Amino acid sequence: MQSPPTGTAVRIRGLRKVYGGVVAVDGIDLDIRRGETFALLGPNGAGKSTTVEILEGYRSRTAGEVDVLGVDPAHGGRDWKARLGIVLQTGGETGLLTVREVLKHFARLYPDPRDVDDVIAAVGLEAKANMRVSKLSGGQQRRVDVALGIVGRPELLFLDEPTTGFDPEARRQFWGLIRSLKAEGTTIVLTTHYLDEAAQLADRAGVIAGGRLVDVGGIHEIGGAEARVPVVRWNDAEGRPHEVRTHEPGRVVASMVGALGGEPRALEVIRPTLEDVYLGLVRSAGADPDAAAADTNEEAVA
Amino acid sequence: MTAGLMTQGTARIGVETKMYFRAPDTLFFTFLFPFVMLAIFSAAFSTSGEVGPPGSEISIAALYLPAMVSSGIFLSGVQNLAVDIALEKSNGTLKRLGGTPLSPIAYFAGKIGQVFATGTLQAGLLILAGWLVLGIELPTEPEKWLTFAWVFVLGLTTCALLGIALSALPRSGKSAAAVVIPIGLILQFISGVYLQWNMLPDWLQNIASIFPLKWIAQGMRAVFLPEGWEALEQNESWNLPGVAVALLVWLVVGLVLSRLTFRWIRRDA
Repeated sequence: MQSPPTGTAVRIRGLRKVYGGVVAVDGIDLDIRRGETFALLGPNGAGKSTTVEILEGYRSRTAGEVDVLGVDPAHGGRDWKARLGIVLQTGGETGLLTVREVLKHFARLYPDPRDVDDVIAAVGLEAKANMRVSKLSGGQQRRVDVALGIVGRPELLFLDEPTTGFDPEARRQFWGLIRSLKAEGTTIVLTTHYLDEAAQLADRAGVIAGGRLVDVGGIHEIGGAEARVPVVRWNDAEGRPHEVRTHEPGRVVASMVGALGGEPRALEVIRPTLEDVYLGLVRSAGADPDAAAADTNEEAVA
Repeated sequence: MTAGLMTQGTARIGVETKMYFRAPDTLFFTFLFPFVMLAIFSAAFSTSGEVGPPGSEISIAALYLPAMVSSGIFLSGVQNLAVDIALEKSNGTLKRLGGTPLSPIAYFAGKIGQVFATGTLQAGLLILAGWLVLGIELPTEPEKWLTFAWVFVLGLTTCALLGIALSALPRSGKSAAAVVIPIGLILQFISGVYLQWNMLPDWLQNIASIFPLKWIAQGMRAVFLPEGWEALEQNESWNLPGVAVALLVWLVVGLVLSRLTFRWIRRDA
């Protein structure tokens, strides 16, 4: 029985994880509602993957309470796993089977699977259904991973960097698939470095840095109103850049044009994207600048 | 309710067997290897004529048939599963399966089912090839074939469980073959598989007797070699009760070790 999408799908209180003296997760509290799409954002090594793997039942925790679909993942049995879909960052090796064979096989492991051909169509692999997985491109193999994650008709779907290696069109198609899963009531926990993807898909987001949840909120509110104030940027006559944060960018530009008596050079009005907000949050969290922030900025922009 | 164990188990046996026959390296090093070795040994020693105690002489091919059947049991069980599961552990297959409602029992049923499907085909074809191609005379007494049946089933089950246990040993998928194959080679040399058993010194025979392969090979010799050959065994007897006891002990060891060492993923404390 699939329960209606009300209530809490994931409840985390005071979660801590220590590996051999190193604190990876340092006291996280979080609720994810049933039916929502929640994006978990954060630099590499910030504790994001550890948190998700604890939710999935792959890792034990050092302290705290965790409840996933009403079950403690540390003791989640097969009935519990049948209600989850997990798309890991690295898929397994199923290269010797064809797309249809591997999906048919995984479908047989679940009590109420989706129709295999529907799933193949949903991930856009109809033309490749009878090809061995090893013969597919990286992006196509990733779509097989996603297909394997949803074939069991999960109530809660974990997606870890699902669209790595997708071309832009495949990514748009994937977004459509996620929206249709959401429309069916599936709760989705998404971790991604593509901030535009999070902005497109998620209802809410949480940012983890240095093992802590530095902010959580609606995807268009996270980071606070201040972080979303538009920025007007231009160069003066000597080519020096200027920047003003203002709630009235139009008025600023108009008065500038009046004062200059002409067109300002390299004029831009920027509304901060989720990516800008995110980078601001991670920088100001600064708890672990050596490891986290530096290499992540690249990844987030990549 | 999740899908039943039977459904999952039969589904696993199906894909495991399919994947086995689609992997060129397992097909050669596990399935075809005993055929290749039987052909090489028969050809290499073809000039030495018949061997054995007076009155019980047989061809070299006939001497090597039970040895290669034993080799096949060992390769299909131990080498095949130890390398296969170590690879699945390192390439993420086990982690992915561990996130599904697949029961570990069904997973192992799939592995053991695959070992039985491929091992039985392999032994059947070996015996058939020995009979049709190499002209080896096969036993006609039903009790010999009964012995064959229980030594085969017990030996293959034991080897499958030991393969599962041994898969915990390699530190990575890449090193799996390098760790497992030499262990197999050494055992095959000292257990009377590649070298004629009675040519090995006592101390080496005693070391080999600790391990299960020696007992499988002895059981198979009891089936395929004519009367008179038991004089060349330890204590001049086939010692079938000893074969049964040794294999049962190793079966329990394999069961306990695989139960203790198996994890879907390396779970940290």
